Amino acid sequence: MDTEISNKDLLTKAQALVREVEADNEDQISKVLDEIAQLRESTLFQEIGKMTRELHDSLNSFRFDTRIADLAEHDIPDAKERLNYVITMTNQAAHRTLTAVEETIPISENLERQANDLNSRWQRLVRKEMDKQEFKILSREVSEFLPFVEQQSSKIHSSLSDVMIAQDYQDITGQIIRRVISLVQNVEENLVSLIRMSGQKVLSNNQASSSNKPKLEGPQINPQARADVVNDQDDVDDLLSSLGF
Amino acid sequence: MKILIVDDFSTMRRIIKNLLRDLGFNNTSEADDGNTALPILQSGNFDFLVTDWNMPGMQGIDLLKAVRADPKLVKLPVLMVTAESKREQIIEAAQAGVNGYIVKPFTAVTLKEKIDKIFERIEAGAQA
Repeated sequence: MDTEISNKDLLTKAQALVREVEADNEDQISKVLDEIAQLRESTLFQEIGKMTRELHDSLNSFRFDTRIADLAEHDIPDAKERLNYVITMTNQAAHRTLTAVEETIPISENLERQANDLNSRWQRLVRKEMDKQEFKILSREVSEFLPFVEQQSSKIHSSLSDVMIAQDYQDITGQIIRRVISLVQNVEENLVSLIRMSGQKVLSNNQASSSNKPKLEGPQINPQARADVVNDQDDVDDLLSSLGF
Repeated sequence: MKILIVDDFSTMRRIIKNLLRDLGFNNTSEADDGNTALPILQSGNFDFLVTDWNMPGMQGIDLLKAVRADPKLVKLPVLMVTAESKREQIIEAAQAGVNGYIVKPFTAVTLKEKIDKIFERIEAGAQA
């Protein structure tokens, strides 16, 4: 290659250097050494020139592929926001579930304790070990306990319903994560094609632009920021009633 | 009252199924997208359809349109329960003949209200 120091040039210079050293000609020695250094420098400059041109080409090819710019500017930050929303959602669902459980456990413990106490006294009644006064007290407590059980059971039911509905996070976060996965695939494909492009130095400017973006957007992570999206069920109801529903 | 629940997420189907059971609707079936739902609807006597929008295969909006295009199913009440909250989509669903629209996440109270409202309207329509 002509950009590299040719062996022939180098040999000529080296022989000249040996000659001058043997002749002990100091002026000539440093002159030949300078010439050798120059040979190397010019090669270096050519290499830098070549690299600069490649970098320039690569930057241009980056510009051709606007999809990559879109990914970096918009989709990646959007994905980060979506994933943060997933954390918020799962956090809320976990707390909602834990709160319901924390409320329910003391209720069931209390019911168990009271039932246990009444049961042991009831057994004494069955064994005819109870006097009239004690029976009156037991009877009053049982008649208080039954409606209490009814009321506490409905509390437990409502907590369990809350636990159940808290599981809706799985659907919503699942939808969001699916979108992020498809974005990651997209980035991967773009990176692979970029590597292929720079590896083979093939510039293709017919990047398939995905003009038909998915129409469905799924869960909105920040509905307040947008006018074309409803904020909550009340907005849906208002919109539908404006349409005559 | 026979109800078909269509959603691609099994957790959401279970939640809706349980909420409906709490409301006294015990006879429910499930499908995971429009393609599986439509033959079930056509072969069984369903009284109510609860469907998601965004599903792989046939989407909820297309299921709704297929239901409205089928003479046997044209009057089937359809409640959409979906995370799609763009105004133009809600309008599209309304124009396709949806009877109710709930955005996820939703509450048990909302589900009850919408179902009650749908049946009130149907009864009012039958009397008129």
